Amino acid sequence: MLLRHTTADVMERSALTINPAKTCQPIGALYAALGVHNCLPHSHGSQGCCAYHRSTLTRHYKEPVMAGSSSFTEGSAVFGGQANLLQAITNMFAMYNPDIIAVHTTCLSETIGDDLVQIISKAREEGKVPPGKHVIHANTPSYIGSHVTGFSNMVKGIVTYLAENSGRKRNQVNIIPGWVEPSDMREVRRLSRAMGVNCNIFPDTSDVMDAPQTGRHEFYPRGGAPIEEIRHSGDSRSTLALGPTASEAAALKLEEKCEVRSEVLELPIGLVATDRFINALRHRSGIRVPGFITDERGRLVDMIADMHQYFYRKRVALFGDPDQLVSLTEFLVTLDMRPVYIVTGTPGKRFETRIREALGDSVPEAQIRQGPQADMFLLHQMIKKEGVDLLIGNTYGKYIARDEDIPFVRFGFPILDRVGHSYFPTVAYMGAMRLAEKILSAVMDRQDRNAPEESFELTM
Amino acid sequence: MVLYPIADALHLVHGPLGCAAYTWDIRGALSSGPQLHRLSFSTDLREMDVIQGGEKKLAKALCQLIDLHHPKAAFVYSTCIVGVIGDDVEAVCRQVSALKGIPVLPVHSEGFKGTKRDGYRAACEALLQLVGTGSTEGISPVSVNILGDFNLAGEVWIIRDYFEKMGIEVVATITGDGRVDDIRRAHGAALNLVQCSGSMMHLAKQLQEKRGIPFKRVSYFGIEDMAQALYDTAGFFADKSPGIVGRTAALVSQELSTIMPQIAQYRRKLEGRKAAVYVGGAFKAFSLVRALRQLGMDTVMVGSQTGLREDYEELRELCDEGTIIVDDSNPLELSSFLQEKRVDLFIGGVKERPIAYKLGVGFCDHNHERKEPLAGFTGMLNFAREVYNTVASPVWRLTPRGAMRDRS
Repeated sequence: MLLRHTTADVMERSALTINPAKTCQPIGALYAALGVHNCLPHSHGSQGCCAYHRSTLTRHYKEPVMAGSSSFTEGSAVFGGQANLLQAITNMFAMYNPDIIAVHTTCLSETIGDDLVQIISKAREEGKVPPGKHVIHANTPSYIGSHVTGFSNMVKGIVTYLAENSGRKRNQVNIIPGWVEPSDMREVRRLSRAMGVNCNIFPDTSDVMDAPQTGRHEFYPRGGAPIEEIRHSGDSRSTLALGPTASEAAALKLEEKCEVRSEVLELPIGLVATDRFINALRHRSGIRVPGFITDERGRLVDMIADMHQYFYRKRVALFGDPDQLVSLTEFLVTLDMRPVYIVTGTPGKRFETRIREALGDSVPEAQIRQGPQADMFLLHQMIKKEGVDLLIGNTYGKYIARDEDIPFVRFGFPILDRVGHSYFPTVAYMGAMRLAEKILSAVMDRQDRNAPEESFELTM
Repeated sequence: MVLYPIADALHLVHGPLGCAAYTWDIRGALSSGPQLHRLSFSTDLREMDVIQGGEKKLAKALCQLIDLHHPKAAFVYSTCIVGVIGDDVEAVCRQVSALKGIPVLPVHSEGFKGTKRDGYRAACEALLQLVGTGSTEGISPVSVNILGDFNLAGEVWIIRDYFEKMGIEVVATITGDGRVDDIRRAHGAALNLVQCSGSMMHLAKQLQEKRGIPFKRVSYFGIEDMAQALYDTAGFFADKSPGIVGRTAALVSQELSTIMPQIAQYRRKLEGRKAAVYVGGAFKAFSLVRALRQLGMDTVMVGSQTGLREDYEELRELCDEGTIIVDDSNPLELSSFLQEKRVDLFIGGVKERPIAYKLGVGFCDHNHERKEPLAGFTGMLNFAREVYNTVASPVWRLTPRGAMRDRS
């Protein structure tokens, strides 16, 4: 029992986090930057930060992750990191020839007060940024928010620096897909096109973080949103932001900067959320939903019908990032399951309200925990008090799943011990089918494993 | 990182949450007993703490954790931000130590204060506070400490077993499968054996200087180096322990007779294949070049992140002419060498694995993501098997490079 120290009684521990249910901002900023074509992300801080972020992203996506670091020394901590960053910008353009460098800060550079706007303009003045190339930044202090906040800040930074309103509207819709898998971004594009929407998706990590084996190591894989297209996002008719925590800030920035009106939707995970997404697309293109999409939905409903007898009233604990949790909660309710514990380490104002809305009046006993001490230790304590039939979350859930012997479905970030999550979408109808299949398999495998011989049955 | 395998100690990361999150149980340093080291504890510093300082929070977190887990000692890791906001971590550690009656040791591991190498030194300094605080009563004059093995996939157990079979007492394993009480009495050992020279050399040198304990640099990777390590140690104790050289020779020959037939089989299949090595420390690179040679493979590129000038000279001597030697390389350079030299195997760390796969090249993790023990004689067999499995995997025939080779 790795977690044998977990007690059922919850104690006060304001100064302490045990086994966190989140991580820090810069890694989210790095992931967002990878969704821009020919972009080299850069970590303005100590070398260790960048190494950890690259390792963690590599473990999850199983792809090479390229990024630079300002490699702070004691001198930079005292005198500021300007010299390091200027040098890094020169070197990176010379050696790696990116079209854009996306700098994010760290707790160290934030605390010593480096002014990124000033440093970047100094780099421009001194001719360190070749013509036609870009350097952008996002402030991502690690002691505020979480990795999702960092993602959101970088997407907002991308808009702040690159989006322009040329005065000529383009017949297109911006879609900000949120922190989802590359496969999810691809699926969002497929559906948007099928719905007749000329979409401008950014950031887009498909074909970057799920690049095919070609026999070559592409330093800049062919995917990623082209800078030109991001620039044109200021001319789009509207913006669809998927997932408020990850995508709303950028959508609002576009509204403010370029007067592109926006609509924020929950992530299209699960049947009802996907319906809303398809509907939003339909409103924009004005076309009827194509038959094959209706069929995908129909197959999902058919599958849920086939499964519903097994899901009825099962108690589920879930943890992870707010946007994923809200839509997942709604989907579980659709499946007639009971999400009883919902935990995120990411702070944010509307989370509880959103979850309550997703729950409706279906699970009055649901407990929602958020922020600093909403960690895996607390979730474990809740489960110890009253058990659940299923646990859904990232790889870190495996300790609880093993100690408490609970069926476990991996979902979210990071997944460090399996392969496949980055290739198969969980968004939209097909994604929902995959999720439902995974959930049912986890529950049934467990039932098979535990059944005494006389009730171990061929048909279930 | 170096201290974390001490399994009955509490490891608290003082800083924003991320620093603890990324280091949570990623190293596979196994413990035969307590598993406390595998949990992630953080003071989770936030904006207000950065302004007001984190000392109170640190003291509170420490007390709470010590009450909850009753560890034998506690290590507090300072992160970048702690160095900047100026928390007096040492004072807090002293207070809590006095209050709770266990050693509470600060580790000055602020990221900007240097590289991994400096972090190693900080770890050694913390260990030096522990060594010498326990009783050395009953320790055999024929005894060693094993320094610089972190018990990845259980490697220290293999090594320990060899020494015990030779009649040598192992006082402390530092830090793989380490225990606080063993480390406290480590100064009672007659000899320190240092592997992974980068991380533990400072501790060995200090123990020689202050306590007069000699040390030997050893490597447990590959048949030659492993045997050499055992013979060197036996030689050291030859006067005190009659028959030890004979026992060692018997042990080596018995181990070899078990593994050699299988190694020979792998060698037949791997003969002439090309390998590239890029690892953290140069000392490991030496061993790998020798081990690969044992398998009939040519190392056509070799490099390390933290090697010193004299290490590279030694590498140059060890390798064949034409071998590319790189220092602190970057992914662009590495992948172009891999292609240029048409390698079949790349040995590196977590970040390099997908680069190798993209190129259609087999990969072996010789870093902390190894899942099979690669040390010792058994480890050599595991290494041979792992190398063969990845080099000969049919998946590479599906890639452009494999298809080309099939045609030619």
